[in-house]
Amino acid sequence: MKEEIELIKDGKRLDGRGFDELRPIKIEVGVLKRADGSCYFELGDNKVIAAVYGPREMHPRHAQDAKMAVVKFRYNMAPFSTNDRKRPGPDRRSVEISKVCREAFNPVIMRELYPKMGIEVYVELLQSDAGTRTAGINAASIALADAGIPMKDLVSSIAVGKINGEVVLDLNAAEDNNGEADMPIAMIARTNTITALQMDGRMTQEEFGRGMKLARGACHQIYELQRAALVTRYNQNYEGKNKREEE
Amino acid sequence: MGLEIVNDVRTDYVCDLVKNGKREDGRGFREYRDISVERDVIKRAEGSARVKIGDTEVLVGVKVELGTPFPDTPDKGVIITNTELVPLASPKFESGPPNENSIQLARVVDRGIRGSETIDLDKLCIEKGEKVWMVFIDIHVLDDNGNLVDAAALGAIASLLNLRIPNERYGLTGENTLPMRDTPVAVTTVEIEGNILVDPSFDEGNAAASSVTVISNADGTLSGMQKSGSGGLKEAQIAEMVEIGIEKAGEIRKKYL
Repeated sequence: MKEEIELIKDGKRLDGRGFDELRPIKIEVGVLKRADGSCYFELGDNKVIAAVYGPREMHPRHAQDAKMAVVKFRYNMAPFSTNDRKRPGPDRRSVEISKVCREAFNPVIMRELYPKMGIEVYVELLQSDAGTRTAGINAASIALADAGIPMKDLVSSIAVGKINGEVVLDLNAAEDNNGEADMPIAMIARTNTITALQMDGRMTQEEFGRGMKLARGACHQIYELQRAALVTRYNQNYEGKNKREEE
Repeated sequence: MGLEIVNDVRTDYVCDLVKNGKREDGRGFREYRDISVERDVIKRAEGSARVKIGDTEVLVGVKVELGTPFPDTPDKGVIITNTELVPLASPKFESGPPNENSIQLARVVDRGIRGSETIDLDKLCIEKGEKVWMVFIDIHVLDDNGNLVDAAALGAIASLLNLRIPNERYGLTGENTLPMRDTPVAVTTVEIEGNILVDPSFDEGNAAASSVTVISNADGTLSGMQKSGSGGLKEAQIAEMVEIGIEKAGEIRKKYL
């Protein structure tokens, strides 16, 4: 059994947040020149950058799908992103996360429009502080939109967990390492459709239900931020273009 | 290509059946296939079990060896879970390094055991920072006829329940048994045409847009969950899957563990 470490004091978490409070989020759209779409996303101390290439010819060819585009998703942690240096390259954890993230987008990307093609999403974790896959999904969602990939909706993602017996939103590393449970969720906020769900640790059915509710609220918040970031980006471009034409 | 077309036909067939409230093997939507669990089938392993769910067959062997602990947990034993989807089990499996499916399978089983704290890792420590017991759970899939996760998880916990610590082999004295503190059981449900089906057959697994594995313990708490597949699910559907998961896990635990 884990020894209890005090993570909640006077109804507040160690970083001063309430139970249902997100860490600060910062979004920048279109940060990379070569990529077809890109996004920089911060969630607390997580710093992640996502790039999208495609739709383009799918390699290897045997991995093509005659009926629809194949989504490739690579979640990768930079060696310097963690306290102990992470050995470069894919490990079992990142292979699993890449699969889960890819599947989180399959319901929204209109893959049937691009048979035999590949849509490639690359997510690089530059600095990590728990909840990296959720930050990666949020970034990738915006990068896909930025790349002009036809999508039915954006995907938003957040983790809920249990610390000191309380169900809380968006665990940081200290809470994740010493907490009782962690449950990352991705959803299409506008339709409340869950596209990714994982849970490790231990919680009751009732706590699971409460966690779901917390995650739903947070995904709606994140959706608004994602949308606002995209609108800002394309309004800017539009205004910039007008200016050039006037000159 | 040939196989793909066959898959499409099978998928259409399964979906049509489900729309009419039926399954290809005649089961109800909430009916699990027959299970058999045979323990201690491998003499050389410290724990082992052969699990059958319908025609799906998985062999789990647990080896226990002395090793050095991880630097960040010097006073805890080690559990390592691994899966081999050997080519004899399915025309779809190929030899070679583990792919994402086998990695996910192993990690979900591992998560269930870890989350429930079934094994007291402190009790596996012999000398802090130097010597600990390392428990290797190896999942060997023999026949893939759907729902490998549940079979693998059941095989793992069944093997662990009568694990023998090989003290003599290392000239040690001590307890040869390891008290298990819980019995996590995995139950997988899939969503097909808006219906929730428990224990998917091979074709149902392929036809399903999403599947969710729910791992729960004797007291009904959850100790692991994983959604897989390219579909989306509503909250109410997931709540139903959790409900079914806990209920079926209770039945399986009572009968086979």
